[in-house]
Amino acid sequence: MDGNDTLLEVRGLKTHFYLEEGVVKAVDGVDLKVRRGETLCVVGESGCGKSVTARSILQLVDRPGRIVEGEILFSLTPRAESNGKAGTAGARTDGTATEVREVLDLASLDSRSTAMRDIRGKEISMIFQEPMTSLSPVHTIGEQIMENILLHLPMDKEEARDRTVEELARVGIPNPGQRVDAYPFQLSGGMRQRAMIAMALACNPSLLIADEPTTALDVTTQAEILELMRGLQDELGMAIMFITHDLGVVAEMADDVAVMYLGIVAERGDVDSIFHDPKHPYTRALLRSIPRMGRSKANQRLDSIRGMVPHPYNRPTGCPFHTRCDEFIEGYCEEILPPRIPLTPSGEPVGNGQSGPPRPASDEPLKNTREVRCLLYGGKEGSADGG
Amino acid sequence: MEAEGAERNGAARDVLLEVKHLKMHFPIKQGFFGRTVGHVKAVDDVDLKIRRGETLGLVGESGCGKTTLGRCIVRSYEPTEGEMVYHNRDGGTADLAKLGSGELKPYRREIRMVFQDPNSSLNPRMTLLQIVGEPLKVNKVASGKELEDRVAELLRRVGLRPEYMSRYPHAFSGGERQRVSIARALALDPRFVVADEAVSALDVSVRAQILNLLQDLQEEFDLTYLFISHDLSVVEHICDRVAVMYVGKVVEVAETGEIFDDPKHPYTEALLSAVPKPDPRLRDHGRRIVLGGDVPDPANPPSGCYFHTRCPYAEDRCKDEEPALREVSPGRYAACHFSEDLDLRGVDDQGAVR
Repeated sequence: MDGNDTLLEVRGLKTHFYLEEGVVKAVDGVDLKVRRGETLCVVGESGCGKSVTARSILQLVDRPGRIVEGEILFSLTPRAESNGKAGTAGARTDGTATEVREVLDLASLDSRSTAMRDIRGKEISMIFQEPMTSLSPVHTIGEQIMENILLHLPMDKEEARDRTVEELARVGIPNPGQRVDAYPFQLSGGMRQRAMIAMALACNPSLLIADEPTTALDVTTQAEILELMRGLQDELGMAIMFITHDLGVVAEMADDVAVMYLGIVAERGDVDSIFHDPKHPYTRALLRSIPRMGRSKANQRLDSIRGMVPHPYNRPTGCPFHTRCDEFIEGYCEEILPPRIPLTPSGEPVGNGQSGPPRPASDEPLKNTREVRCLLYGGKEGSADGG
Repeated sequence: MEAEGAERNGAARDVLLEVKHLKMHFPIKQGFFGRTVGHVKAVDDVDLKIRRGETLGLVGESGCGKTTLGRCIVRSYEPTEGEMVYHNRDGGTADLAKLGSGELKPYRREIRMVFQDPNSSLNPRMTLLQIVGEPLKVNKVASGKELEDRVAELLRRVGLRPEYMSRYPHAFSGGERQRVSIARALALDPRFVVADEAVSALDVSVRAQILNLLQDLQEEFDLTYLFISHDLSVVEHICDRVAVMYVGKVVEVAETGEIFDDPKHPYTEALLSAVPKPDPRLRDHGRRIVLGGDVPDPANPPSGCYFHTRCPYAEDRCKDEEPALREVSPGRYAACHFSEDLDLRGVDDQGAVR
């Protein structure tokens, strides 16, 4: 079961930027899993490597950045389905064991290769934070959406245009027959983001990466866009990797959550356990530091995390969070990079209570849905050298 | 409650600034001769009282005129019409809207502003000493060694190390830069600070630090804040009273607790329901009101109640008759014909929309 519902698995991804001043380890060992048809929210503060992770998946990291290590395993949609054969239509949801899926390691592909280009925009597509800067100002939105369709699907211009109008109608743009010829500046912020979503969904991708899609929008527009994305997910069955720094949005959207800090995933789990049973001190501190509506009494102080995110040139040794952590264990935290410690659904470290240290899970597939990287839960003994 | 009584007795001793019928219209010019073809009514007939020592939140969607109102108050703009009666320390009053630039000078020291984006509001070619020291220098409060001491003291108060005084803004993170902005605002012992989206550009953990700092400073210096924000959870946390703006008008003013518990204007209700609640267990609780359409163009606002085009409760009357901001219950003001009749839902203790 576990193997079949995994759409994307990122293992030990490291993306480094080689600058004159030194190496910025923007992503330094990220492990993620996106399940088919589900939403993974990646949450963290600015500079923690959320966006670079997303761009690495699509091989869109600009020089001098480079993927130096790790695997990005993406299972392609079975060919039978894309050819539209009726018999296999149910296979996608059933996930029968006999079905053979092609699994591709995107990290090994060249970013300019045909294989990668076939995936970008078709299998995996992305929407960005700033709809004004990521849409071309000199082309109509129709032209921009059609470009994607013509590139990936066997359609002529007329069919593609009809398809574009359909897509625009689906994302709730009123009067799509006219708006297809509108330029981005003629649309409001919410409408532009809808056009971006239409473009991303034009080829029915199995994974949509949304990088802070609502950050630049008002709360009311944000609510509309989130509603729209949820509706489209139900309709089209795509998986969403949703990158955000807003914990409120995470609570609304996520099935699974990955909390990132300075290039590593500090904690992973289902949304309920992240919010109601957080394990990593960073997750806990993050949740305490947000004002909650209805709950906060006036003039009460917020629990803030002391200090600030360290500069990427001087990453702390050992656990990257140890400089700001309240649970800092001297002699360990600044020495050892905590291994991934799998947790049982109830939040206990797997294999705890036995004599041996918990196995560092670095080479195994990501079986458990809950995982934490903190020495409070083990790993102090084993891997002093493994950091 | 006591404050309320005093105000009603006409003493008005606790009021710091009274904004009356304030209008800020920007002309739209067109053609070769630059003829004025219309006006963008960014702030349109706003009445607001800001009490001494309180934090008044100003919320609304982008384009509703919150920033323009803030800038009118610090007199970056000259309002088209209306009054802004400011109560001096000695009990006298002055109408800031009418004063010329020379007469404004003493008030510029008392009313200061903190901007949203600490990257663009600090001059990259000036050191912290120059940035924070400039208001002191311009107003001839201090110079030389004394200036340095004052700046060091200010930096210490906002939680920065005075040794950093000779560095440039680029060497600091967003949160630290916002602290510099705050230090600059505090340099002249102001009474009133307009914070325009002061924490919106910051990360969650840093935002909490800055909010705490603002609260500490308020206590220490007896400051009054006008806190402009679009983030309702932050506003609820820090503000004593909240004013909601929509297309250049204030549509509701009330104590923070009341406005979140029991809104009296449909727009406030819609705003509250749109805020994502940071708890996955509340996901399917309560109906979300999704407002259709966009904010109307302030150059060409709809007839009657500006909100009637998006209001789920609109009736014929709303199209023709513009509701005035009226006192619906003691201390609560709303601009809706049906405030008393509608049963609008607020946010309960759990943060869920009822």
